[in-house]
Amino acid sequence: MSEKVVKRENASEENAAMRPAVQVVEDATGITLYADLPGVPKEKLSIHVEGDNLIMEGELEINSPPNMEAIHAEVDLSRYRRAFTLSRELDGDKVTAGFRHGVLELRIPKAEHAQPRRIEVQAT
Amino acid sequence: MHYRGIFPRDLFAELERLQRDYDGSPSIRGAAPGYPAMNVGTTPKSVEVYAFAPGMTPEEFDVQVENGVLTISGERKDIVPPEGATRHIGEHFTGRFRRVVSLPDDIELNSTTASYRDGVLHICVARREAAQSRRISVQ
Repeated sequence: MSEKVVKRENASEENAAMRPAVQVVEDATGITLYADLPGVPKEKLSIHVEGDNLIMEGELEINSPPNMEAIHAEVDLSRYRRAFTLSRELDGDKVTAGFRHGVLELRIPKAEHAQPRRIEVQAT
Repeated sequence: MHYRGIFPRDLFAELERLQRDYDGSPSIRGAAPGYPAMNVGTTPKSVEVYAFAPGMTPEEFDVQVENGVLTISGERKDIVPPEGATRHIGEHFTGRFRRVVSLPDDIELNSTTASYRDGVLHICVARREAAQSRRISVQ
């Protein structure tokens, strides 16, 4: 059993990733998520929805000269990863994404049945 | 994270660090490494600086080299949520930022280049030919 634990620890070390900073804004028709992924080219970005989990992953690609000697590194991992749980009223199938200057913008609309409806309050 | 002199030959930074290590008082600019996060490296011909500052446009950066010090500054604007919207999570850095890197003595100011790609500002400062190590052949 202990062997299993060790193995899992090793695996997590290999997959060590930075947690991108996000902004989450909700309006009447859905949620907009902005994530900071500087250094990730569009081709190395992946967003997937598994059940009610939204997972975003990105790999850094910094084309530094091959003979460069690193002197100071505050960004020392080569991956970003972060996952969120979507609540039931969000439509994971209709997520749209934009990516510009290292900022990912995801739009997650609310399902049709969850769109706001105004309830008239009757005076009695 | 403790402050580290970016270049080992930066004597003042080194002294400052030593002093701070003794009396335990942190930098006036805070203990956090600051925004944007930076990586610095050298090659025999250049100093390479990478600043991880997403969500900007190239015009919004102010990059200056003066007295052997490279300064990167700018302002990251906040996202304006539509009216009636709620912000659930707000982790992004917003507002003005400024970071300073002391450069080695052998830099060539006139051939400094800066480019912005995928949210990373890359500054390449060339080093003088004389400082580059040359192999001396033994007769």
